[in-house]
Formats: sequence, structure tokens, C-alpha cells
Amino acid sequence: MKAISKSFHGIHANQDINLFVESGEILGLLGENGAGKTTLMNILYGLYQPDSGQIKINDRTIRINNPVESINHGIGMVHQHFMLVQNHSVIENIALGYKDTPFFFPKIKIKDKVEQFSKQFDFHIDITKKIWQLSAGEQQRVEIIKALLNGADLLILDEPTSVLTPLEIKELISILREMKAKGHMIIFISHKLDEIMDICDRVLVLQKGRIVGNADTKDTDKKSLARMMVGRDVVFTTTREKLTKGKKNLSVENINVIGDKGLLAVKNISFELFKNEIFGIAGVSGNGQRELAEAITGIRPIFSGKVKMNGKDITNKSPRHIYDKGVSHVPEERIRFGIAPGLFLYDNAILKQHHLKKFSQRYFLKYNQIKNHTKTIINKFKVSTHSINNQIRNLSGGNIQKLILGREISEQPQLLVASHPTYGLDVGATEFLRKHLLELRKQGSAVLLFSEDLEEIFELCDRVAVIFDGELMAILDSDDQRFSDIGLMMAGSIRIDSMGKKEC
Amino acid sequence: MLKIKTTDRYDITTLRSFMTNILSLLAALVVISIIFLIAGVNPIFAISEIFSGSFGSFYGIKETITKAIPLILIGAGLTLAFRAKFWNIGAEGQMLMGAIFATWTGLTFGEALPSYIIVPLIFLAGFIGGGLWGIIPAILKIKYSINEVISTLMLNYICAEFLMMLIVGPWKGKTRFGFPGTNNLPDSAILGLIPGSRIHYATLILAIICAIVLSVVIYKTRFGYETRVVGENPDAGKYAGINFLKTSLILMAISGGLAGFAGVGEVAGIHHYLGYPASISSGYGFTAIIVAWLAKLNPLYTVLSGIFFAGILVGGDAIQISLGLPAATVQIVNGTLLIFLIMGDYFLNHKITLQFSKK
Repeated sequence: MKAISKSFHGIHANQDINLFVESGEILGLLGENGAGKTTLMNILYGLYQPDSGQIKINDRTIRINNPVESINHGIGMVHQHFMLVQNHSVIENIALGYKDTPFFFPKIKIKDKVEQFSKQFDFHIDITKKIWQLSAGEQQRVEIIKALLNGADLLILDEPTSVLTPLEIKELISILREMKAKGHMIIFISHKLDEIMDICDRVLVLQKGRIVGNADTKDTDKKSLARMMVGRDVVFTTTREKLTKGKKNLSVENINVIGDKGLLAVKNISFELFKNEIFGIAGVSGNGQRELAEAITGIRPIFSGKVKMNGKDITNKSPRHIYDKGVSHVPEERIRFGIAPGLFLYDNAILKQHHLKKFSQRYFLKYNQIKNHTKTIINKFKVSTHSINNQIRNLSGGNIQKLILGREISEQPQLLVASHPTYGLDVGATEFLRKHLLELRKQGSAVLLFSEDLEEIFELCDRVAVIFDGELMAILDSDDQRFSDIGLMMAGSIRIDSMGKKEC
Repeated sequence: MLKIKTTDRYDITTLRSFMTNILSLLAALVVISIIFLIAGVNPIFAISEIFSGSFGSFYGIKETITKAIPLILIGAGLTLAFRAKFWNIGAEGQMLMGAIFATWTGLTFGEALPSYIIVPLIFLAGFIGGGLWGIIPAILKIKYSINEVISTLMLNYICAEFLMMLIVGPWKGKTRFGFPGTNNLPDSAILGLIPGSRIHYATLILAIICAIVLSVVIYKTRFGYETRVVGENPDAGKYAGINFLKTSLILMAISGGLAGFAGVGEVAGIHHYLGYPASISSGYGFTAIIVAWLAKLNPLYTVLSGIFFAGILVGGDAIQISLGLPAATVQIVNGTLLIFLIMGDYFLNHKITLQFSKK
């Protein structure tokens, strides 16, 4: 790709970007949120047209008008969110995306090919299973097979590891290495520095739509990459000072919660949370974290069991009642729950707080105070927007997230339930947020932190529980010896009961 | 090959929004012209007839304002419901229920009470009637997840038939010589008119006040805020701890109540008795949907869009007589306008670009 530029509404998403990949190479693409990684890849995949610049394959200039043409040119893409039909089987999904699928009896013809590929790259997939029965890692492999079957020489992976367990990440890496050995090109988008260092041969760093760094991974290190990405030094280890834990804050007693599919998503979970403490719940997404968080904050009904806040029962109370008891919530699906997209920034800045005396009389809202409050959040959390009279849907995902975080933290909650608060945030914002969480802890609040980022868990939490398939596999103190087994516990292969015994 | 691409548009200005509406109306007029051509009428003549019939004469203007009263009232109420994405298609029934309650109140207490007591009383009764009819679908929706489009629409028919039953049965008036309909309301319950017209000014003033108050409610109050949040994103509303049942009940009570006011105006201001449903409301509850939409769901603007559509109703009557067109013509005009207004919204929110490629 040569001198690619693309702008949206006068903002340069990509500016003069040159990018090349050689066969048998894994190229890492690193950058903060909104640095333009996804835009660039969407141009390559034919979803957007560049304003200027050229794309060449084997020295031939081509024009890619849509994904179909891109596939014909040998480009395949695995999106962050999989594009699979949940109720269809693996083979049906593959047939759906395959260009030479015959109209009649599509499965028969494709089956052999798929099996051949699976053997070649060591995929272990039962092709007759339905997609919803597969784990995230297996679904991803289906996507990869789809791309390979269509003859992809160049495979683009958009944040492929964000949904995987540590074990699955290892498997993915070995698949990618295998592909590399067979001469495929891979573009690997991520903002996790470790993975980039581990997998890629070469790395490009994007910042504000421009390329600011281009290095072979063997000649560079994490620190300098991080500096390129943010444009300044990043302190990696936020120091967590020792605090003695305070009084009991939240207690969860044997709760069971039913998930969206009508099955138990949270099974008999109990734990306690104290003031001055950050309690982490580690686990791969989809193991009951969302349901647990929603049950505690009152969005989802609790089937059985009790939740108490400062000794008072808040089981199945309304979300507002629970909020008034001092529980804030940064939801996992922020766009779905956290904002009203068509309303202004200042409307959204008080989404859970509009009933508070500060912002509202009995009938009328105090818009002056609300606007001031919004400005404070925007300044403090560095939300970039041209005005608070802006519909929040015009903001980027990262900025929306900052506003939600600011909103939930600014009221000094006694308990903050934070689901993946740094997911999708860039290094700078992540660092800032973590400091804030520690600050809350210091001021006597408790934080219930759901995360799948082990680095984050290690850095912030006083105690960690591991959740798998709706059950807690263990609760450990941060100085516990068995901390190293967390990865295995996340995958459900070890469980430590209250007596400290391991089970397999 | 020509390709059409759509992208979301973020820079929506008031001017652009206004111009989109104007263009939509013009485009609708083109299609309406074609329909007139098919009917064998000169479209320019017919359209100019419509507007000269409604705004071109003193009589026309008076009639237009008369018909604008219910449209403004109902339209303003609908903006509130539509803000919450509560698709209230049942204003027609809510209006009739208001008329029924008002008639009963007027007939029962009217003789004994002076005007300044009975008039507020029948308005109150109308509000309660329309409001009650409005909260039924709200309860059905929140408690039992029954789609409000279906329930509000069906309640229209139930109410109309209920009204029929009353006027041919127990409420049939002795003074009607066997025709369906109640007795006339006592004089004290009848609304004053601006002399020389059919404009019942009390309702007109009430309509304008309602439009103003509602716009304050939507943009300045806690309830209005909650309504907008629920409409924008129900999940966020849940997360924010908004009580859906309470919010929906209040907004449908208001939306239905305003339609009830309109029913009171028609009975006590125009007809003076409860007659056939179709004579009390010539589809105001449906036309008001377009009124609310053209007003961009801002209650204040329903005053203008209400007058505009009242003009089309009046003008439609005029061309029926002068050009001998069927009564359905006006409904075709209205329907076409609504479709184009909704399509206009799409073009307001999306940017369309055309691309030429060689292949």
C-alpha cells in the first residue's frame, strides 16, 4: 500500500501510509484507539475507498471496490467480532463464504477441502457442530479456514487474541507460525505489546493516522514500542501501596443467575469484598461475568441467593436503589447499556445520576449544574469532543468509554463494579484509569474488577477470583504461590477448593 | 457501473433538517401531481385549489384553524409518546373515549352547574377518558410485552364500536328522532365560538398551552429526560434505573389525555352531541401522526404542522366539491406526504454518494 490517505468529516484517519508485506512474514500493526488501524485494514479489505494512494499486489496496481474483489485478490480478514451464523454448522458457514460453492449439495464438495486444510494446519474442529457450541477460539479457526479456503495469501487478523484464553492464544500462535512457514502473509493488529513482540517479524506503529515507527521486532523492545505508540514514556507498573483492608463492603452469598439462553450462567457464587480493596474476577469473556455484574447492580434478576451492601440486603432491588446504596457500574456492553446515542454529551453524563439532588429538583433538571459537571468530566478524563452539545454517537468508542468511566467514578462510589474497564483503551488512557482505580481504593472504596487481562489483574488486585463456566475456580490473595496457575484455571483445567486442594 | 454508497451523517444542522423537510414535501407534491394526472385533473390547478381553499379565503382560514385544534392537541401528545418510541397509533380511540367521558359528564351534571365549573369539568373528564384508554396499551406493553402498535390500533376499533353501542342503545337521545346520537349538551357545557366561525377558542388556547408546556416537559424535566433516554436506548434506561412502567404510564396518560381534550373540543365546540364516531373525528388521530412527524417530534412545532395539515384537510374538502374528486383523495395526499417525510429522514441521517467504476 502506498501513500494511503483517508479522512472522515475532515479528520485524517490515515495520512500518507506506506505499508508492505512480504510473503512468509508476520507484520504487526500497533496503535492506540483511533490511531487508524482498523480504517487502514478496511481500505485493504475493500470496505472503504482511500481518498488517495495506491494498493499494489505483486507490483500490479489494483483497485478494491468491495470485499468480494478483495477476496479474489487473495486477501482474507478475520474480524474482531466473528461473522458467523450461530445456528448453522461449521461446514455450512464455510460453504456460505466460499466462492465456488455449488448451488446443490454444497456440503459434500467442500468437506474434503476443509478436512485437508484442518489436517495441514492442525485445526481440531468437528465440522458438524453448530457454531454456538464452539468456543471463541474454535470459531476463530473457522474464520481462518474460511479465508484460507478462498485462497487468501494475505490474512488480516483484527485483535485476534482479545477473546481467547491463554491456552487458545498459544494454539493460535502455532497456527500462525505454520501458515508463515507455508509462505502466507499475515497482518496482525493488536495493542498488546507482548503478543506483537512474540509473534511478529516486523511491526508498524500508527499514531493519529500516521506511521510513526517501523521496526523489526528483534531490534526493539516493549518499552520503545510503547513510547512510539503513545508518543511519550509509559510507566508500566503502577505501584500499588499496601493498605490494610477495611470493613466489609459487599457480600455475595450463594447466588444463582439465569443467563440470556435460559440456562444458569452464575452458579452458586459467594465472595466478600472489603473497603480499600480491589477484588479481581479473572476469566475469559462469556463465563458468567456479565451476568454476575448485572445481577449485583440490579439489571438482571437473581434466581436464588443474597447480595448485601454494607449489611443491607440489595438482592433484586431496582438499579436505582442499588445505585443509591453506593454501587456504580461500568457495564461490559457500554454502547448497549451505557449511553443513549442520540442524546447530547451532557445528557449522557448524568445517565444514572439525573435523580440526584445535585442535578435535579423534584420535576426539573438543573441543566447549568449538569453542563458544568459534564465539562469537569471531559477535562479530567480527556474526552475529546468539540462541544458538550454534541450527540454522543459522534464520539469514538474510546471517548465514549472515558465519559462513562468518568461518570461512574466521579461520584465517589463505595463500590465500583467495573467490567473490562480498560478493554479497547489505549496505553495512555489505561494507565490513567488504573491510577484512578487505585485512588478510589485508597479513599476507602471497593472495586470489583472483571477483566481477562492478566497483567491488569496482577497489577491492580488485592485478591483474585477465577471464574469459569459460571463458577469460581478459586479465590487467591495476590501473594499466593498458586497465582501462576491462573491461566489454567481460566481454561477450567484446575480448580482450588476452599481447603486449598487442587482438583483437575 | 454506477454504485450507490451510504454512510452515516453526523453534521445535522437545523437548516439542513429544515431543508430536508421542504424538499420531502416538494417531492411528495410531485408524486401527488402524478396521482392527480391519473385521475384526469390538472395537478397544478388541484394543488393550488387545495391551498386557496384552506388559506386563500377568510372562510378557509377559519375552517383551517378549527380543524387545526384537534390536530395540534393530538400531535403534541404524540410527540411525547414517539420520543419514547412508544408507537401510539391509538389517538383516534383515545380521542373518542375523551368525547364519551365528556358527553357523559356534560349530560349528567351540565344542567345544574354554571359554565365556569362545567366546562373545566368536561375537559377534565375528557382527559381522564383519553388517558385511561391510553394507559391500557402501556400496561399491556410493559407487563406482557404486547406490541403497542397492534394494541393501540385495535383499541381504536373497540372504542368506536363502544361509542356506536352507546349512541344507538342506552344513550340514544329523545330529541334525535330515532337517529343514533345523544341529546344535545346543555348550553352551559357548550364552548364559546369566535363569532362568525366554528373556532372554539377555549380549546385553541388549551392546545397552544399544551404544546408549550409539553416542550418544556420534554426538554427540561426529569420525566422528559427519562422519556428521551428510554426512547433512545431502552437498555440504557434499564441500566440508569428508570422505572419503565411508571414512565410509560405517565407518558401514555398524557398522550391519550391530550387526544381526549381534542374529543371534548369536537363534542362541546362543534357537534354539541355525541354522534357517529366518523363524524366526531374525521381521522384526526391518524393525521396527527403525520403532524407529530413533520414537527420533528417537537411539541412546539406541532402548532405549525397542525395548521398545515388542517389546511390540507380543508383544501381537500374544497377540491372534492369543485373538482368532483373522491373523499379518499385527501388521505392519499396525507399518506404520500408521510411516506416522503419519513424517507426524508433517511436522507437526513445518511449521506449518499454515487460512484462510477469502469467495471
